[in-house]
Amino acid sequence: MTTVQERSALPQEREPNPALTAPDRPIGFGRVQRKEDPRFVRGRGRYLDDIVLPGMLHGAVLRSPLAHARLVSIDTTEAAAHPGVHAVITGADLERLNLAWAPTLSNDVQAVLATDKVRFQGQEVAFVVAEDRYTARDALELIDVEYEELPPVVDVRRALDPGAPVIRDDLEGRTDNHVFDWEAGDAAETDAVFASADVVVSQEMVYPRVHPAPMETCGAIADYDAVDGRLTLYETTQAPHAHRTLFAMVAGIPEHKIRVVSPDIGGGFGNKVGIYPGYVCAVVGSIVTGRPVKWVEDRSENLMSTAFARDYVMRGEIAATREGRILAVRTTVLADHGAFNATTQPTKYPAGFFSIFTGSYDLQAAHCSVTGVYTNKAPGGVSYACSFRVTEAVYLVERMVDLLADELDVDPVELRLANFIRPEQFPYRNKTGWEYDSGDYEPALRMAMELVDYAGMRREQAEKRACGELMGIGVSFFTETVGAGPRKHMDIVGLGMADGAEVRVHPTGKAVVRLSVQTQGQGHETTFAQILAEELGIPPEDVDVVHGDTDQTPFGLGTYGSRSTPVSGGAVALAARKVKDKARAIAAAVLETRPEDLEWEKGRWHVAGDPSIGKTMTEIALAAHGTVELPEGIDGNLDAEVTYDPPNLTFPFGAYICVVDVDRGTGKVHVRRFVAVDDCGTRINPMIVEGQIHGGLADGVGMALMEFIGFDEQGNCLGGSFMDYLIPTAMEVPDWQTGYTVTPSPHHPIGAKGIGESATVGSPPAVVNAVVDALAPFGIRHVDMPCTPARVWEAVQGRPTPPI
Amino acid sequence: MQVTMTVNGTEVTRDVEPRLLLVHFLRETLGLTGTHWGCDTSNCGTCVVLVDGQPVKSCTTLAVMTDGHEVRTVEGLADGATLDPVQQGFMAEHGLQCGFCTPGMLLTARALLDRDPDPDEATIREAISGQICRCTGYATIVRSVRWAAEHPVGAPEQPAEEVPA
Ligand code: FES
Ligand code: FES
Repeated sequence: MTTVQERSALPQEREPNPALTAPDRPIGFGRVQRKEDPRFVRGRGRYLDDIVLPGMLHGAVLRSPLAHARLVSIDTTEAAAHPGVHAVITGADLERLNLAWAPTLSNDVQAVLATDKVRFQGQEVAFVVAEDRYTARDALELIDVEYEELPPVVDVRRALDPGAPVIRDDLEGRTDNHVFDWEAGDAAETDAVFASADVVVSQEMVYPRVHPAPMETCGAIADYDAVDGRLTLYETTQAPHAHRTLFAMVAGIPEHKIRVVSPDIGGGFGNKVGIYPGYVCAVVGSIVTGRPVKWVEDRSENLMSTAFARDYVMRGEIAATREGRILAVRTTVLADHGAFNATTQPTKYPAGFFSIFTGSYDLQAAHCSVTGVYTNKAPGGVSYACSFRVTEAVYLVERMVDLLADELDVDPVELRLANFIRPEQFPYRNKTGWEYDSGDYEPALRMAMELVDYAGMRREQAEKRACGELMGIGVSFFTETVGAGPRKHMDIVGLGMADGAEVRVHPTGKAVVRLSVQTQGQGHETTFAQILAEELGIPPEDVDVVHGDTDQTPFGLGTYGSRSTPVSGGAVALAARKVKDKARAIAAAVLETRPEDLEWEKGRWHVAGDPSIGKTMTEIALAAHGTVELPEGIDGNLDAEVTYDPPNLTFPFGAYICVVDVDRGTGKVHVRRFVAVDDCGTRINPMIVEGQIHGGLADGVGMALMEFIGFDEQGNCLGGSFMDYLIPTAMEVPDWQTGYTVTPSPHHPIGAKGIGESATVGSPPAVVNAVVDALAPFGIRHVDMPCTPARVWEAVQGRPTPPI
Repeated sequence: MQVTMTVNGTEVTRDVEPRLLLVHFLRETLGLTGTHWGCDTSNCGTCVVLVDGQPVKSCTTLAVMTDGHEVRTVEGLADGATLDPVQQGFMAEHGLQCGFCTPGMLLTARALLDRDPDPDEATIREAISGQICRCTGYATIVRSVRWAAEHPVGAPEQPAEEVPA
């Protein structure tokens, strides 16, 4: 495997803009302005709520105020009689249509509208369809629901207690709140290593429930045409094709009669992967009224009822020699899945890819066991840019390594450097079965240290400590695993995790590429045009990218888990190569030579040995559709289609260093600096790559310091608005400093690994390690997220509290 | 109730419910969907428009409150085909990803530059502190506003594809 290392610019310096320095810059990869921006800066984006269909009605959902209660009765008479109301739909109505329950993405079922009980605060109880959104909301007030309160299960640690209220009594024979047990690694081998290790450190830690909270909430517009039995469904979805298939399965509408359109999406972060009851209600509303029905949730609905993330109570253990050789890690996890198991992850991995918790280190043994339980909280579970629980895994191991460094009294950076998987060990099979494709960790960490001036920071910290000031330096080094499939190992409800691309070069040499994945702000219209441009040697502005419409794009599982570039990007590159091969045969026909006598230069096939004789892609495209006699087996176009089944996941990595100052009087944490060195393999558009990293870093600071979906003892959601669920503003985050190395993926057609989630995964432990480092003078070993001023202050007072 | 206001330089008069929010008046009554909506509690700022040149959260303003006032939305930023420098800056410096917060950010940036043509980073951060962007991590937004400050109105426009592919 070849490893290419490129050093980035110095701190604060930006990547040079090739267009400004080299007029004859190469076509394809590089910093290019985004194709989607001209419409967005003019307010011409077309998001779901911007769409207005003729005769469209508006839906609103009535939600449960209680976390756990039996439904005694629902009286909708007054609401139905309210002027402007067209329909009021309840669970009983859906039961008659066999739609009251819908399958989740984790082989469970979820109530669309409650029939027997409500199982979390905010659960959907009734749906009103009215002339306009204000009237629909008015009518919600007129629905009378009688509940009989039941004791809720709120504390995940009590969910499996004997005698705990059984939440899922809808499931036959169910007597407890257990969802699954899952383990990975060799328990006996791990126990043996732990038994003989010099040093063992353990820590309980909570990765609290957080929410992706994209700025655009979720919504749908259903337009059912009863005459031809066709459903057009506009949805805020990251996975239009998977949704279409599931709707066909759930609603009994044949798949070819369903068109799912995902317009511009105002952020997803995993929140827009699942199918929410509101979408199904909109469909039923349209069928019942014979008119298009729009449903858009408000912010409280989004925060209280749609896919949360994390909620892992973890016990981590790490074993090492006295000299600082890490030998093994071991963990047990209690996973809060809420009232319905609706997480989104490959079927064979009920705890996602949590077993990547061995991190970036060469270990002798590892074992993890995860137990999933039901509680009276909103369902969901894998979202918020998490790459299938890698976020939790990285947090666990990076906190444990810091705890070990503290125990051994060595610098956390030195401990990491001494235990990294070495470059020559790649491809590296870790102790829980994952094969890391490529990596070269030390240069990334050394670059981060250089960018932050690690030694200088440590000196400053010592000076500050001497005068009683609290400054902390936190390091994390993460290895991500993204780009799922391969399909033989990974599926979601039986659908293999592959993705497709279709390339068509028009007679004039302009091209269109159609994708199964769907952008939510990542800039697919630009990145994918650049991939095709790089392969075919035509300018990206000559490439149109079509996505987000199942009628126009090939099948695939969609955008989440940083899949788009690793999977659909592979599909585009391979489809382009098919086009290129075909172009060679056609060029040979035109030039009256043999294909094997032609050589490729970017955008042109020419005669080997005589570059003056050749044909450009534009000329070849015209010839393909022209009158030249085509060779046997070559049909008259320059089109190709590929469904890409990745041979392995990709493993991006990075080194992050965070510097914080803590106010000892108030407990407030100020993030002073944040340095991020990322390696995502080949960088297609460095501007977009950097943007993805920045956004993830802000997410990480948010989770580490302020974001939290909490619950009181009654199961009331305490994070149900932006007054309560705090998201960083420009005031809480620093100016990010970034650097990069390039270690291409050896198995990916263009060596790209995916970048969407790296920073969200890697940054929380850097921040928490910094906070704990700042509090070291008090002998504090751990503070749970979010490190709010109150919790930090309590820790300083010697009374640390877990968030849940 | 009848309201009359100037929206992006054009006077409009409409009959509205007294409870109609300005954000819905703009989006639904006038069809100006560039102004977005993102929360129930006046925290996110995706709905920001300029009322008499000042950034205002249109989700927390009744349409009738702007009777007789001048409203400017993102659709009124460009002068025909010529983009406002803040629009150009956001494109040049990658100040947007999903684009949902962008109209509000652009208008706040415009109002800031109108009163302070050369704001430093801290001033820019403070000016947008009532608005949330979930995608960019803000640094590129700050750079975008700085770009606009360095390329004021009247300077020759950067071509739309400043960095051609
Ligand atoms: S919509 Fe959130 S502040 Fe106006
Ligand atoms: S660009 Fe998506 S919220 Fe700001």
